Amino acid sequence: MADKQYDWGAIAKNPKFVELHRKKTTFLVGWWVFSAVFYFLLPIGAAFAPGLFKIKILGRINFGYLFALSQFFVSWGIAIYYAHVANKDFDRLTRELVDEFK
Amino acid sequence: MKKLLAGITLALSLGSFAFAEEPAKAPAAPGAAVTAQTAATAAPADVTGAAKVATPAPAPAEESKTTIKANPMVTIPIFLAIIGVTMCVVVWSAKRTKSAADFYTAGGGITGTQNGWAIAGDYMSAASFLGISGMISLYGYDGFMYSVGWLVAYITVLLIVAEPCRNAGKFTLGDILSFRTEPKIVRAVCAISVVAVSTFYLTAQMVGAGKLMQLLLGIPYKFAIVGVGILMVGYVVFGGMTATTWVQIIKAGLLMTGAAVLSVLVGIKAGMNPFQFFNDIATNPNIIEHVQKTVLKDPVAVAGFDYGQRFLEPGLFMKNPLDQISLGMALVLGTAGMPHILMRFFTVPTAQAARKSVIVAMFIIGFFYILTTLLGFGAAIHLTPQGISAVDKGGNMAAMMLAQKLGGDISPFLGDLLLAFLCAVAFATILAVVSGLVLAASAAIAHDIYVNVIKDGHADQHEQVMAARITSLCVGAAGILIGIAAEKQNVAHLVALAFAVASSGNLPVIVMSLFWRKFNTAGVVSGLVVGTIASIALVMVSPNMTYPKKVAEDAQKVVVKLEEKQATGAMLTAKEMKDLDKAKADYAKNKDGKSMLGLDKPLITLKNPGIISIPLGFIAAIVGCLAFPSRRSEEMFDEIYVRQNTGIGIAKAVDH
Repeated sequence: MADKQYDWGAIAKNPKFVELHRKKTTFLVGWWVFSAVFYFLLPIGAAFAPGLFKIKILGRINFGYLFALSQFFVSWGIAIYYAHVANKDFDRLTRELVDEFK
Repeated sequence: MKKLLAGITLALSLGSFAFAEEPAKAPAAPGAAVTAQTAATAAPADVTGAAKVATPAPAPAEESKTTIKANPMVTIPIFLAIIGVTMCVVVWSAKRTKSAADFYTAGGGITGTQNGWAIAGDYMSAASFLGISGMISLYGYDGFMYSVGWLVAYITVLLIVAEPCRNAGKFTLGDILSFRTEPKIVRAVCAISVVAVSTFYLTAQMVGAGKLMQLLLGIPYKFAIVGVGILMVGYVVFGGMTATTWVQIIKAGLLMTGAAVLSVLVGIKAGMNPFQFFNDIATNPNIIEHVQKTVLKDPVAVAGFDYGQRFLEPGLFMKNPLDQISLGMALVLGTAGMPHILMRFFTVPTAQAARKSVIVAMFIIGFFYILTTLLGFGAAIHLTPQGISAVDKGGNMAAMMLAQKLGGDISPFLGDLLLAFLCAVAFATILAVVSGLVLAASAAIAHDIYVNVIKDGHADQHEQVMAARITSLCVGAAGILIGIAAEKQNVAHLVALAFAVASSGNLPVIVMSLFWRKFNTAGVVSGLVVGTIASIALVMVSPNMTYPKKVAEDAQKVVVKLEEKQATGAMLTAKEMKDLDKAKADYAKNKDGKSMLGLDKPLITLKNPGIISIPLGFIAAIVGCLAFPSRRSEEMFDEIYVRQNTGIGIAKAVDH
C-alpha cells in the first residue's frame, strides 16, 4: 500500500476527529448496550417470570407474544434512528475531516 | 503446492467429523429434549381448584399420510427454471470476474440495497425457514422466541462491525486482523478459524440439503448432495462473488414471496383477524391434545387447565434458561464474527452502503421471522401437530405441508404448484447459503494462506484468481465428500458450534483489533486459539454428543415397559414388537459404550457453550496481548482507527 502517506497521529489528534470519535462511541456503545439488555430480557423473563408472559392482553394474545414481537420493532427502530443520525451527523463530520486532509 | 492446499482443506474439513459422531436422529428433533413436566407446576396460577370444566374432548387427530411428495410434473419445470436463471447469472458474471477483487468482492460494485438482499439470502438458511416454522408448529411460543435472536444479532453487526470492517478491510477477516500485527502468523491462525466455522456450517447445510431433496423429490441422498455440490461449485468457481450475490438475491426474493403468499392464505382462513387467529390456535382440539399428551405428558387432562393457551406461553421446548441465554449470546455476538457475513461488507463501495445493506437486511429478516409465526401456527391449526410430526419428527416439513394443504384447498393443482415452489425455494436457499460459505472458506485459504503467507503477497491478478478458483473447487469437492460421509450423522448442533466458534474466537479479536490501542499479535493468536478450542471442547463434553450409556438406559426403559405389558397378557401391536426388538438391540449395542471422549455422561448441562467460551475468548485475547506488548501495534492504532472511522485511504487500498 504505497499510497500517499498520511500522518495518522495528527489526524487522530485533530479536534474534529476527536469530536467525531466521541460522538460515535457514545452513540454506538449506548445503543448496543440498550439493545443487548432489551434482548436478554426475553429469555430471562420467559424463564424467571413466566407468570408475566402469560398475562392475556388482547383476547388470547398474551404479553409474551407482544414482547417478542416488540423486539423486532425495537431493533428496526434502533436501525432507523442510527441511519438517521449517521447520515446527518457522522457522515457530515467525516466529510469535513476528509476534505481537510485531502 | 495445489495438492498441499487440497490436503490442508481436507484435513481441516475432516475435523468436523469429530462433531458429527452421533447416530442419525431426526435432525433438530426437539422431541428428544422434552422432559416430563406436570402442568400443575408449570402454571399453578391457572389451576383453580374450583374449576371443574373438563377440557373439550379432543377430536381424534386425522390420520394423515406420513410422507410428503411433490408432483414431479410441476416441480421439475420450476427447478429447471431456477437452475436456468442462475446459470445465466453465472455466465454473465464469469465475464466480469477478472481480478481477485472481482472474484472475492464483485469489485466492490454491489449497491447497499442489493447487498442487503444478499445478506438476507445468505443468512436465512433452510434451517431457519423450515426449522423455525416447524418448531412453532410443534412447540408454539418457544419457536417464535427462538427466532428473535437471529434478528437482534444484526444490531451488533450494524453498530459495531459493518462500517469499520468496510473501511479497514479488503477481502477477508484476515485482512482486518493482520493490519497492525504480524501478518503471516495472524493470517494463518485466522484462516484455520474461518475454515473451521465454514466447515461446521457447510456440513450442516449439505446434510440438510441431501435429506430434504430425498424427502421431497425422492432423489437418493448421494445424488442430491452431488447435484447441489456441482451447482454450488459452478456458481463460485466461475461466477465468484458476483454470481454468489445474485443467487442470494434471487433466493431471498423467492423466499419472501413464498412466505408472504402462504401467510396471506393462513390469514384468509382466519378471516384476516388476528384475534380470531389466536383463538383458533388456543381452541384447536388437536393442539390441546398435543400439548397435553405429547409435550406436557399428562396422561389425564388436569381439570380446568387451558392446554390450548399453554401453546402460546413459553417453556414447552426451551427448558434450561442458562442454555437459552448462552444461545442468545452466541447468536448476538457470533453473527458479527461469521466470515461469510463479514465478507459481504467488502462488496459495497462505501461505509454508507455497508450501513444501508445491514438495515435493508434487518427489515427483510425481521419481516420474514414475523411471517414464520403465521406459518408455524397456521400449520398447527390446519395440519395438526400430530400430522406434522408424523411426517418429520422435528417438524421440518410443516411449511411444505402447509403449502400443499392451503393451495390444495383452492385447487389440487395450486397445492402442487405451491409445494413445488416452496421446494424450489428450499433448494435455492441451500445453494445460496453453501455458495457463500464456500466462497468465505476459499478466500481464507487462497487469499490469506496462499497469496499472503506462502507467496508473501507477490502474486499477480491472474495467479490470484486461479488460486481462488482452484481452492473453491477443492473446498466444494470437500463439501460434497463430507456431505456424503455425514449422511447418518446428527449435524444439527454443528450450526450451534459454528456460532459458538464465531462468537468466542472471531468476535473478540475483531472488536479488539478495531477498538483497543494495545491489541497485538499475541492477543489475536491467543484469543482465536483459546476461543475456538474452548467452544469445540465444551461441545465435545456437552449433551450434544452421544452417550451410549444414556442410550442404553433409555432403551432399557422401553424394554421394561413393553415386557411388563406383555407379562400382563396383553398382545403387543406389530409396531410395539418392532420397538421392542429395536430397543433390545440398542441396549446390547450401547450398554458398554462411551462417548467419543470416553465419558459416561456429559460434563456440562449446556448445549450451547457461549456463556463460558465467549468470556474465555475475551480474557485470553486480553491476557495474551498484555503479556506480550508490542509497540508497533500500538503506534499503528491511530492509523486503523482513523481509517475505520473515515475511510481515508480505502479507495487506494482496494484498487491496486
